Amino acid sequence: MSAPIIAVDNVSRTFVQPLDVAARLANLFGAGMREAVVTAVDHVDFSVRRGEVVGLVGESGCGKSTLGRIVAGLLPPSAGEVRFHGRPIRELADKPARDGMLKVQMIFQDPAAALNPRMQVKDIVGEAPVVHGIVSRAGIAAHVDALLARVGLDPGYKTRYPHQFSGGQRARIGIARALAVEPEFLVCDESVAALDVSIQAQVLNLFMQLRRDLGLTYLFISHDLGVIEHLSDRVVVMYLGRVIEMASTADLFRQPNHPYAQALLANVPRLATAKRRFEPVKGEIPSPLAPPPGCHFHPRCPFVMPRCRVETPALKEIAPGRRSACHLNDEPGRS
Amino acid sequence: MAPVLTVENLKAHFFIRSGVVKAVDGVSFDIAPGEVLGLVGESGSGKTVLGASILGLVDPPGRIVEGSVRLVGEELVGRPEEVLRHYRGRRVATVFQDPMMTLNPVLRIDTQMIEAITAHEKVGGDVARARARDALAAVGIASPDERLRAYPHQFSGGMRQRVAIAMALLHRPQLLIADEPTTALDVTIQSQILALVQALCAESGTALIWITHDLAVVAGLADRVAVMYAGRIVESGPVDAVFARPLHPYTRGLIDSIPSRHRRGDALAQIPGMPPSPARLPDGCAFAPRCPRADAACTVAPLVSGYGAARSTRCWHPHVEVETAA
Repeated sequence: MSAPIIAVDNVSRTFVQPLDVAARLANLFGAGMREAVVTAVDHVDFSVRRGEVVGLVGESGCGKSTLGRIVAGLLPPSAGEVRFHGRPIRELADKPARDGMLKVQMIFQDPAAALNPRMQVKDIVGEAPVVHGIVSRAGIAAHVDALLARVGLDPGYKTRYPHQFSGGQRARIGIARALAVEPEFLVCDESVAALDVSIQAQVLNLFMQLRRDLGLTYLFISHDLGVIEHLSDRVVVMYLGRVIEMASTADLFRQPNHPYAQALLANVPRLATAKRRFEPVKGEIPSPLAPPPGCHFHPRCPFVMPRCRVETPALKEIAPGRRSACHLNDEPGRS
Repeated sequence: MAPVLTVENLKAHFFIRSGVVKAVDGVSFDIAPGEVLGLVGESGSGKTVLGASILGLVDPPGRIVEGSVRLVGEELVGRPEEVLRHYRGRRVATVFQDPMMTLNPVLRIDTQMIEAITAHEKVGGDVARARARDALAAVGIASPDERLRAYPHQFSGGMRQRVAIAMALLHRPQLLIADEPTTALDVTIQSQILALVQALCAESGTALIWITHDLAVVAGLADRVAVMYAGRIVESGPVDAVFARPLHPYTRGLIDSIPSRHRRGDALAQIPGMPPSPARLPDGCAFAPRCPRADAACTVAPLVSGYGAARSTRCWHPHVEVETAA
């Protein structure tokens, strides 16, 4: 087993909505209003080994994008530590560490929002490597041409602006920009979610091609389990800020352990030919502002026990390389 | 059984400065009472404009230039707005992708639902309120009496879509057009909405047109599927047969590009190139530039040809060998 390239060590992130003037004033008179606190990421612990693709799945508000930003170094964690090759990334003050962080790049969901509409493609892709001294100003044209060719774009288009490209092409520009600083690790946040099926297949193939050619490691964030199943070696499932199951892709899709993972997998529409009745999991996703106590999933869980309402289940190893956070695993008679 | 809706050679074109956008260009299909038709296509294939044309909701610079839409034998194309208004909401209802397009953000749910009832029926306020309440309960909204007094922003996305569905089904319409109603929702919530619509339509005998880009949703929900490309239906037939043995190379390409059809890590089959701009469609078959089977014949637009009792495709070189071998 190779050393982890990224280690996420007990990371939490809370967002606080500060009180406005009116609320602070009301508090002077004893109104007792509190700041709204959202725990977007709650004590998350995992690592990614070199060359691996780890899929991160979950529904809206589960904290997967926040976690992705923390891993990419775009957002500091409130507690815990993210280590890149064993070095904490919060030590960004010295230059070697900063250069190290260039090795982790992020590809965003909406390429239209992530690309500056007033910059030409050659500047979007070529700006960072020049600024960081990876490529000399003289060599940048050749560097950009090579990158565009690598992601399947005609280098002849490099003087165009983002709006002159289709959605799939813009996704490729976003990938070329991330590759421009020669990263080792890519965080892909819903990077194919906005694309049509036929274009999505092209971009997924590109991701797999780049992984082979450049030896890249990915954290691939998606709500689309079909995409995750296809790309990932291991999968991390999140629900309301917590990791509830972590397993190899084959194990998870063959036999999910956590009831939420089971529900999620059972509800994925599949191209199975038989018409079927949908058997949805009941209830809504609770608000992250007021998550249920104990196990966050207990109000929707078909196997809920009294213990689940009060005690938060720990993420425990249930098989080699496999962890799940469910009290059912402590019950006798269930493996 | 006589079809609820018959669409024949429908063309909805948009006349803009740079030319004519043929968003819907010669579409024909029909749908039987209680049937579920999945209308599948990628962005810009014209599936949403087709749904809007059935309701007479194509706004300038677009208009229906040709063709016919008949609801239980009655022609809808070319009828005055007052007549269409009488159909909309009562006999043909619609649910959109974003429920905030359906719901007025500054009015309470009860105001909107009661208005929707009294617009088509002469009933008293109390009767209308009771019906609105029952409709909310039927779509699985807890404590409907209280929720009637709420505003749309007080509901979650999935709940708003339930309210939109409740409003659409208030008059037990003969046809419901659902345009990507679950695209913005999470997987577990999408599943709830699918189950709900499936049950309600089966109960009331409402025919359903489910417009989506998601083949997998259609596979579980629809009886028949119609695949659109560049404003035309390129293939239609029973959903099982079409997904098991697609006739049109585009349908085959779409199905093959779905990740779950592949062994993990294998390269996905991909359709080369990208969909043509509807303003600049190629002559002949619009799919020809991306098609592995295209040849000289494809410079002439293919006609609809039938295969067996229920299937048809618009292609000069369909994958018929598969169909006859199977």
